[in-house]
Amino acid sequence: MTEPLLSVKNLKVVFHLRRGDFTAVNGISFDIMPGEVLGVVGESGAGKSMTGTAIMGLIDRPGEVIVDEIRLKGERIDNLPEEKMRHIRGRRIAMVMQDPLTSLNPLYTVGEQLVETIRRHLPLSHDQAKKRAIELLADAGIPDPQSRIDSYPHQFSGGMRQRVVISLALAAEPEMIVADEPTSALDVSVQAQIMKVLKRLCAERGVAVMLITHDMGVIAENADRMIVMNKGEIVETGSVGDIINRPREPYTKKLIEAIPSIKTQNPRYAAAVARGEAETTAEALVEVKGLSKTFDLSPSLVSRLFGGKHRKLVHAVQDVSFAVEKGKTYGLVGESGSGKSTCARMLVGLLEPSAGEIRLEGTDIWRDRNAAAKRRSKIQMIFQDPYASLNPRWRVGAIIAEPMRALGISTNSTEIADRVADLLERVRLDPEAMRKFPHEFSGGQRQRIAIARALSSQPEFIICDEPTSALDVSVQAQVLELMRRLQDEFGLTYLLISHNLAVIRQMADSVGVLHNGVMVENGPVEQIFANPQADYTRMLLDAVPDISNVA
Amino acid sequence: MSEIVPLARKSRFARIIDSDIFYSYRRSPVAILASIVAAILILAAVLAPWISPYDPFNPRTLNLMDGFTKPMSESFAGNFFVMGADNQGRDVLSTILHGSRVSLFVGLSATLFAMTLGVGLGLVAGFRGGLTDAVIMRIADVQLSFPAILIALLIFGVARGLIPPSQQENTALMVLILAIGLSNWAQFARTVRGATMVERQKDYVSAARIMGVNPVLILIKHILPNVVGPVLVIATIGLALAIIEEATLSYLGVGVPPTQPSLGTLIRIGQQYLFSGEWWILFFPAMTLILLALSVNLLGDWLRDALNPKLR
Repeated sequence: MTEPLLSVKNLKVVFHLRRGDFTAVNGISFDIMPGEVLGVVGESGAGKSMTGTAIMGLIDRPGEVIVDEIRLKGERIDNLPEEKMRHIRGRRIAMVMQDPLTSLNPLYTVGEQLVETIRRHLPLSHDQAKKRAIELLADAGIPDPQSRIDSYPHQFSGGMRQRVVISLALAAEPEMIVADEPTSALDVSVQAQIMKVLKRLCAERGVAVMLITHDMGVIAENADRMIVMNKGEIVETGSVGDIINRPREPYTKKLIEAIPSIKTQNPRYAAAVARGEAETTAEALVEVKGLSKTFDLSPSLVSRLFGGKHRKLVHAVQDVSFAVEKGKTYGLVGESGSGKSTCARMLVGLLEPSAGEIRLEGTDIWRDRNAAAKRRSKIQMIFQDPYASLNPRWRVGAIIAEPMRALGISTNSTEIADRVADLLERVRLDPEAMRKFPHEFSGGQRQRIAIARALSSQPEFIICDEPTSALDVSVQAQVLELMRRLQDEFGLTYLLISHNLAVIRQMADSVGVLHNGVMVENGPVEQIFANPQADYTRMLLDAVPDISNVA
Repeated sequence: MSEIVPLARKSRFARIIDSDIFYSYRRSPVAILASIVAAILILAAVLAPWISPYDPFNPRTLNLMDGFTKPMSESFAGNFFVMGADNQGRDVLSTILHGSRVSLFVGLSATLFAMTLGVGLGLVAGFRGGLTDAVIMRIADVQLSFPAILIALLIFGVARGLIPPSQQENTALMVLILAIGLSNWAQFARTVRGATMVERQKDYVSAARIMGVNPVLILIKHILPNVVGPVLVIATIGLALAIIEEATLSYLGVGVPPTQPSLGTLIRIGQQYLFSGEWWILFFPAMTLILLALSVNLLGDWLRDALNPKLR
């Protein structure tokens, strides 16, 4: 057996906080072989990022690293003075972070940053370093690197920027890269490309990768071995195929079960087929016809009024039409910037459409008389970020009661309190919760509170804008399950907006695929997932990392 | 798979003791010292009519022969003056106690007035945006380009011209509060506007708009509670500034009427005797003013750091 490239023994990271010590990483040991891709997976708070940061020697006060030893090619690096550690960081172990915008200096061109990094670590002249920088950019798949090298970071798109970060990490020919959620901020189609680049470059150079991510699919498709972490400890470690196909620990099993796969059918659809009702259509509750939204971003009033070459119009949504059947779920899929949130804001009454109409039970919710009143009483919304959607200064009881008071459904305090307690029970929270503040709850619990608020005015139509994107997979599964059950209980109609195709497949009856504000495909969920017509949909489906694609 | 949220309820007092703010307070010796000094000065001012050794405004108890008595000595008439007596034989300690009462009253009222005005305009500007925002904030910019004391002088002068002389004595304090308050609202407006623009974007505001909550109610019930943190900081530091501004105006002779001397008035009286050796008439009121302004200012500084999560 060859000597491991990096060997960590009994690593602990402890934060000395006011209310006692908090152990973020609790005595973990692992090895990384040369040229290997080691996936580290876990939910938020599992200590996976802390592990990466601790290896780099970047834990600051009040954090403290306690470790038996960390060896890089047999040489101890955990007790090195800061001066020596700096030579290892970047030169021998490089790092790729989640947010490509903050890991590049916005004031320097990409070339300057690359040349500086190369020359600090390698004995090359400026011209040689620049030549190498161009090669690196070309290797990372940046088109026309000769001229792009003089661009600033903001002139690249998110995916291109992450390519630059990867070439920056590889600039000093390191032996290992710590990649902390390298693709979590990117769209799926870009994510697939970036992972391909990272993997290819590391394989060519024999660089080992420690791939830290919450996304089991990314690990399944890219890693050789994996570590499953939970609450600062290693739950299970082994080859990717073994763990995903034959998990031994209950925690791993639970984690894998919770992951929605784009390959599994919507259980409701399967049940409907069994009953022979798959093709029946219910009456439409909401009809959207030719919906468009144009934002005028012209720099001055003159160009706004009279046009000219400075006039700048952004067509966020163009001529989108679809219908949502009563009691069903319509899924809206698209990558960032596809106009799905703009659609949601128009449907819910926050943004006036530029053209087109939205009919709720035949009433145009923007133009007809009493449209606003009807809209408010029948439509509610669940937002993506459960931390921003609840007023931090309000008690949970007041938050949930707000729609009832605002819409004048009830003014009697005891009646409202009873209803709030009932709603909390329905979303599986203790009614006592109404006396607390949002910050006393976890993300998943807050999302339940947000759902309770949406239900409190007894709406018929609920728009869910990425309701589970901010949550861990196991929590996501619970929230989706809750949403499904409430739908049956109250006969709700959902518009589910998500970038996650697996979530849409599980939840939706029909799907619309948005791309740059245009609806490229629209139809029953199984038809679209089984037999996509548009090229864009096909590309999107291929790009999704899935745990059944074990590398 | 029901989740039961654990019950953990503490008394209000226990929660305050346990809060992060109080923790930061206990660990800051400057804050503890400043709050003790400020508390003593404020308490002394509030209780002035009951704790001051003499009544400096009752002509019957004054003896002109006591004038210029040195500190810690007995006067001609047999009175003992800790901080000496001024030219009219008034006990300096008693005039300071009564004077800081006036100074604090004017400072507090002016700050409250500036805060109400600034927070209100800032909320509207940040929430409405567009033209409303532009108009309010340009007025604030114009005002901030003048020293506050000039604005206060201007307002004071205009008010003097409008109010009939017979009423001037009674309305002097009100005019002073108005002048200082109007010259300090812009800071509040700027801060609140920025915070409001951030909060306005958040989903909980969207949620309220979806259910058709009146914009005024959204501002008051949703946004206002979330922007008060920085307002408290500015208000504390603003209180110190308002006290100094009042002292400056009174020193210039345009502030409070002579029948209700404030710390600034006392300093103005005292400086006439500084070069003839009667230093105590100036020294003690000036020290009180410095201690008051400094302790309140340090408290504001500490509060700003304590509320800033980046500095924790």
